[in-house]
Amino acid sequence: MSVDYKQTPVLKASGLVKRYGSVTAIDHADFELFPGEILAVIGDNGAGKSSLIKALSGALVPDEGEIWLEGNKVAFNTPMEARELGIETVYQNLAVSPALNIADNLYLGREIRKPGFLGQYLRMLDKKAMEHNAKAKMTELGLLTIQNMSQAVESLSGGQRQGVAVARSALFGSKVVIMDEPTAALGVKESRRVLNLIKEVRDRGLPIVLISHNMPHVFEVADRIHIHRLGKCAGIVTPQSHSMSDAVAIMTGAMEIEAA
Amino acid sequence: MSSVKPNASTAVLEHDQVADNATGYVAKFSIKESPMLRIKKFLHTYPVAAPSIVLLLAIFGFSLLIGGRFLHPFNLSLILQQVTIIGVIGVAQTLIILTAGIDLSVGAIMVLCSVVMGRMAVDLGLDAWIALALGISVGALAGFINGLLITRLKIPPFIATLGSWNVFFALNLWYSKSETIRSQDISSIAPLLHWTGETINFFGARLTYGSLLMLGLFFLIWYALNWTAWGRHVYATGDDPDAARLAGIQTNRILMSVYVLAGVVCAIGAWVLIGRIGSVSPQAGYTANLDSITAVVIGGCSLFGGRGSIYGTLIGALVVGVFRNGLALAGVDVLWQEFTVGILIISAVGVDQWIRRGTV
Repeated sequence: MSVDYKQTPVLKASGLVKRYGSVTAIDHADFELFPGEILAVIGDNGAGKSSLIKALSGALVPDEGEIWLEGNKVAFNTPMEARELGIETVYQNLAVSPALNIADNLYLGREIRKPGFLGQYLRMLDKKAMEHNAKAKMTELGLLTIQNMSQAVESLSGGQRQGVAVARSALFGSKVVIMDEPTAALGVKESRRVLNLIKEVRDRGLPIVLISHNMPHVFEVADRIHIHRLGKCAGIVTPQSHSMSDAVAIMTGAMEIEAA
Repeated sequence: MSSVKPNASTAVLEHDQVADNATGYVAKFSIKESPMLRIKKFLHTYPVAAPSIVLLLAIFGFSLLIGGRFLHPFNLSLILQQVTIIGVIGVAQTLIILTAGIDLSVGAIMVLCSVVMGRMAVDLGLDAWIALALGISVGALAGFINGLLITRLKIPPFIATLGSWNVFFALNLWYSKSETIRSQDISSIAPLLHWTGETINFFGARLTYGSLLMLGLFFLIWYALNWTAWGRHVYATGDDPDAARLAGIQTNRILMSVYVLAGVVCAIGAWVLIGRIGSVSPQAGYTANLDSITAVVIGGCSLFGGRGSIYGTLIGALVVGVFRNGLALAGVDVLWQEFTVGILIISAVGVDQWIRRGTV
């Protein structure tokens, strides 16, 4: 995968600051995501990586700093505003509704209504279209093992549920997909499936921000690794230039590198 | 000071790719598809199946026990009349229980609304339609207050509605001055309020407009819950509010809409109540709070939210109605009716717990 790092970043942030009382969660942090890449964000607990990600996905409003999406300055007040601009987030805690079926979950909050009178005045849902699209998307992502879109999500395994969440982000994310610890709740084999799914989504052209604690996963899928420390970017490395122990050393402050 | 060493550990990086060849099982279960398990799975997929079977068995049993008198269209329509109020209030209660809430004030809202309708029409002499509209507004306002307590002040629904139950009931006693508005006065001044009690004959069955209104309400809410985005959001909110919020659903707005709608439905229940008992009494319908929960629970709705269906509540109300009517016709003491209803509630929740264990 060759990524051109001279072009305009899809998502860029500069000088982000977020303070909670006396704690500075984000301290003049910079961030860049280029088209077609998987950028991993790693950092020790409390380094502020989830605050950074929340700022990028609209879940948190930064005190200072600017965010650009495809070169245009943007400001999000809610996650919905970020989603409307094409930034989708997948959460670690399997953010799906267990009792609803797969198609309902994929379209939750963005349901399709029937055309004409039924949809406009009776607000009737187009269940057929939603099931059809859901099936098409799941097939495209290689999740065809799930046959029945009207199956309740609670009958799926953890990996399949995360698959539904990833499919949802790929279905609606037009610019960026942010994945917050997507494999944290999964077993070894299920994690592998989700990692393959992540690569699949990237190969379809969507850039991905991957937050993970799992170094082997990060080094396997990431094109670049953004290392967060003390509320800001401590350096950007690639799996080719640095080893896992280097990354851990930078993350914990045992080693320093010049800003990339 | 930085030591960038070329790193040759690509083999290590993909260390867990060996898992690709794994069988895919972390833990394997050897369960024989026993008949019990199949029943369990069936009931899990169709939660209304259990109450429906109980209803059919009850009808069958009582017709054997009592004979033609029970199965006569007149008696069957009587059962429908008897469950109409609980059915309507049950609609409101189902909506709330689907969001993992509970509303102890539904009965009090209904009585308060009936008093408002009666006094506006009879004492103040307002047009009956306006009195009706005012009563419905009071229902909506009462629901709105419950919703505010739950979404803004974050009071658990049980406590919030326990409090508002007392408040609404006290307001009802105050506004009605604890006086009953006589049936004759309503008939002469505001016959519209009695419309829900009027009957139409249908092959010997006497259906009230109130019963038809209840059936219409069930259909309407069934449609809203199953065929609109709002309905999906109600289920999602009750199922897992965090997941719903992350999916972009404004769960507080959904909860508010549910409580306000429940208030409006209770006000419609007030209209049905006036038609059924004829007069407007501040003491009427006092048991509707808990009876509505009974109907919802017997109908297979989960008190933990997100699971169940609206027509289950209709079946639940009918189950209670059939048992009460059948036992009464069989000449059994009233206290045994209460006893039976108690057993039904415990069995319904017991079955729900049994279904839940081991199928998910």
